[in-house]
Amino acid sequence: MTGFDAATAAVQAALDAGARYADARVMHRRYESMSARNGDIEELTQDESIGLGVRALVGSSWGFHAVPELSDAAARDAGRRAAAIATASARVPGPPIDLVAVEATVASWASACDVDPLGVPLTDKGDLLVRATATMREHGADLAEGLYQIWDTTKWFVSSEGHRIDQRIRECGGGISATSIGDGETQRRSYPSYRGQYGTTGWELVTSLDMAAHAARIAEESRELLTAPECPSGETDLILGGEQLALQIHESVGHAIELDRILGWEAAFAGTSWLDLSRLGTLRYGSELMNVTIDPTIPGALGSFGFDDEGSPAVRRDAVREGRWVGVLAGRDSAAVAGLDYGGSVRADGWARLPMVRMTNVGLEPGPHTLDEIIDATDDGVFMDLNRSWSIDDKRLNFQFGCEVGWEVKKGRRGRMLRNPTYTGIGPVFWRSMDMLSSEIVPWGTPNCGKGQPGQTGHTGHPAAPARFRNVRVGVRA
Amino acid sequence: MTELDLAGRVVDLVRQLAGPGAEAEVVVTRADLALTRFANSFIHQNVAESGTTVRLRLHVDGRTAAGGGSLVDPDGLTALVERTLAAARLCPPDPAWPGLTPPAPVPSGAAVDEATADASPDERATRVRAFVDAVEGLEAAGYCRTAYRSGAFANSAGHSAVGRAAEAAMDGIARTGGADGVARQCADRLADLDGGALGARAAAKARAAADPVELPPGRYEVVLEPAAVADLLQNLAWYGFNGKRYAERQSFAEPGAAQFDPAVTLVDDPLHASGLPYDLEGTPRRALPLVEAGTTRAVAHDRRSGAEAGTGSTGHGMVGASTFGPLPRNLRLLPTGGTAEVATGPLSAGVTGAVADPDTAALVAGMARGLLVSDFWYTRVLDPKQLVVTGLTRNGVWLVEDGVPTRAVRDFRFTESYPRALGPGRVLGLGRAPVRQPDRVDGFWWEAPALRLASWNFTGGASG
Repeated sequence: MTGFDAATAAVQAALDAGARYADARVMHRRYESMSARNGDIEELTQDESIGLGVRALVGSSWGFHAVPELSDAAARDAGRRAAAIATASARVPGPPIDLVAVEATVASWASACDVDPLGVPLTDKGDLLVRATATMREHGADLAEGLYQIWDTTKWFVSSEGHRIDQRIRECGGGISATSIGDGETQRRSYPSYRGQYGTTGWELVTSLDMAAHAARIAEESRELLTAPECPSGETDLILGGEQLALQIHESVGHAIELDRILGWEAAFAGTSWLDLSRLGTLRYGSELMNVTIDPTIPGALGSFGFDDEGSPAVRRDAVREGRWVGVLAGRDSAAVAGLDYGGSVRADGWARLPMVRMTNVGLEPGPHTLDEIIDATDDGVFMDLNRSWSIDDKRLNFQFGCEVGWEVKKGRRGRMLRNPTYTGIGPVFWRSMDMLSSEIVPWGTPNCGKGQPGQTGHTGHPAAPARFRNVRVGVRA
Repeated sequence: MTELDLAGRVVDLVRQLAGPGAEAEVVVTRADLALTRFANSFIHQNVAESGTTVRLRLHVDGRTAAGGGSLVDPDGLTALVERTLAAARLCPPDPAWPGLTPPAPVPSGAAVDEATADASPDERATRVRAFVDAVEGLEAAGYCRTAYRSGAFANSAGHSAVGRAAEAAMDGIARTGGADGVARQCADRLADLDGGALGARAAAKARAAADPVELPPGRYEVVLEPAAVADLLQNLAWYGFNGKRYAERQSFAEPGAAQFDPAVTLVDDPLHASGLPYDLEGTPRRALPLVEAGTTRAVAHDRRSGAEAGTGSTGHGMVGASTFGPLPRNLRLLPTGGTAEVATGPLSAGVTGAVADPDTAALVAGMARGLLVSDFWYTRVLDPKQLVVTGLTRNGVWLVEDGVPTRAVRDFRFTESYPRALGPGRVLGLGRAPVRQPDRVDGFWWEAPALRLASWNFTGGASG
């Protein structure tokens, strides 16, 4: 039985059981990860999973059921169960639910991939991690870690409206980290970020990172940090590297513009949003340098796809234009509730998970400056790079981030290294203080975005570049 | 075919394909998981999944690899073994391989409540209905979930184990005018979850949290309710009592040292509730005292970290443990009967609804000036060695003056070292009635009473 056959059977069974709409995803995913520590391979894992998840809308209530079988009987049973669960949902009914229109599409899509990451010999991939972690140990790291991850996902989507879409998305990436341990504290340096850089690409992404070439440097920097002066406390001008700004976008823009949060659907867990739909189109989110797009069409970025998991085609949209909030991440039902005419940002973490509003690629358009120009123009400030910790409130307003490393910036020059750099602020105040933005955009990939109950791990992309923010509180400590 | 049959079949396949010298361990778990989610006072997501997963780890010719998947038909199992075998042969040598768990008796575990294992969507929806009705017009959001797992372990050393587990949890908030109140509980039996009682508690807390004032940041004495204490336990488990982090010198834990207040006794106690009685490596799970009357006693180990430490496994092998470490996941903060433990107190004083149980009432009554905190949110570690954590309060904070909650307070950001906050002389009171709090996945839970601490470092208001 093909993926399309199983999905079709599940959808039909849900309709037969009373659903007025149903869709089903069959997903086949192969996953491989390898980690190394101190010059030895620590773990190699290869998983393979295939199954079907079907979603049924009975009246205005949803139900979802998932099974790891693709037989006709199993698919039909899943469809019936999804409808039965939807019927149970009606015991606590809500407002009428509609779905914004999406053209029923028959299509096939695949992400670009030059070198199949699962086809690269394990010995080559292992050697890369062993070599890099051994080098970090030789250069002073107490703990040298390396990691790569690969996902190869094929999915078949069928809806009762006539969608029939198959997609193959290959994702991979990796990174290395050096930790030095002192008296009562640890210091870490990573390349290119703590968990690494990821994209919807082949192994060529990992090759291009040239991790071994950066191993000695980050090991030495992690040791140097142990004796570096503490990041001062107070208000100052803050320059963020692109990787840290990517996470800042993720946490304080990406999650805030998720329509399910804005509508209160995530209130008990992930939280809501400080954004009020009545101000969509007028609210000033940030400075005029702030142009944020929702763009799942970026080749190679981790949040890219051909169609989302409701069958909506990938479309680039504005989220913030010249500092003004103009767009949201939406699904077909949430958009209908909000009176909007687009979805397109719904994804499921595997066949056993309900599709929900997720970030795609949410990131900045290039600014007019370079990092060197930003440092040149800064009289007194701190430059922080690479995320170490992140925390933000349930409305996505109050944040505190820690970075792996900071540097003093005095009279246009990067000076001493600073340890334990942290900064804190309120999202819109912070974004309105951005007065310089680099053109050096990198589409950073975040492979560990948690959301939903049961929990789902999303893969998101965040184009970002170094930027400067004025009068930011830094150096928060216990 | 039972889970044990499946596990045995995989072990046999490894013998056939890799020869008698190969060492293999197999975990098969069948799961029926369901979660009914509500927001804006209606059920908006309602999901269920059923399936069986197989995990195989094998060690052959001195090399180790692991694999897993959901394909449990003969072809799928054969492919899993072939794939994992091929991976192992391409891996570098693994000189630290700790060997397989030898045959050993495995406890039967707590009895499974069949009604919970077989719970229907209607039964979950009924509890949601009761929660929503009980908030009496406030907005309600949360979930009711049930989980059933039936599993087996087998290895090529002749050890095997079987077990079953069922769990139910409900977690909800009531919301009014920007103020939220929470009620959260985990139990072995769905029948023990009273949606109406939880909803009423959440609503009372939400009403009590309305019209908050903003207080200046700084150090405050605090009473933490069980939901907030659960966050302490979770972070202590992940970063402190984690055998891998301990071996890497990234943990604060020093067995034998009096690192905590004498009122603190922590035990990882998997058999206290329904749960599978063996870990991923087949080691029988048992209670592990981590802190006794303030003195750190142990950290959690799987076979690899236990061999490295010379202590052996404590039954904490789990998926991903070789990367993020073996960690306690059923941690209990025990009432000790010591001087810090409080008698129960009246509920009626001060802001109505702020104090929801006699334990908390007694702790609050002893506080001259401080804060009553319901819950913590988005806590992240700034430095693992000292376990310095930043995060926010959530779901209700109140100013307490002369033993009475006098005002609702806006949320704070804090930055605090958890072991320091629980250090000698810092625990001023401990409740008598622990509440089991669910984690994000079934099988993980954190059980604690309310806790009064001498000082908590609030580093900012939620508005900046």
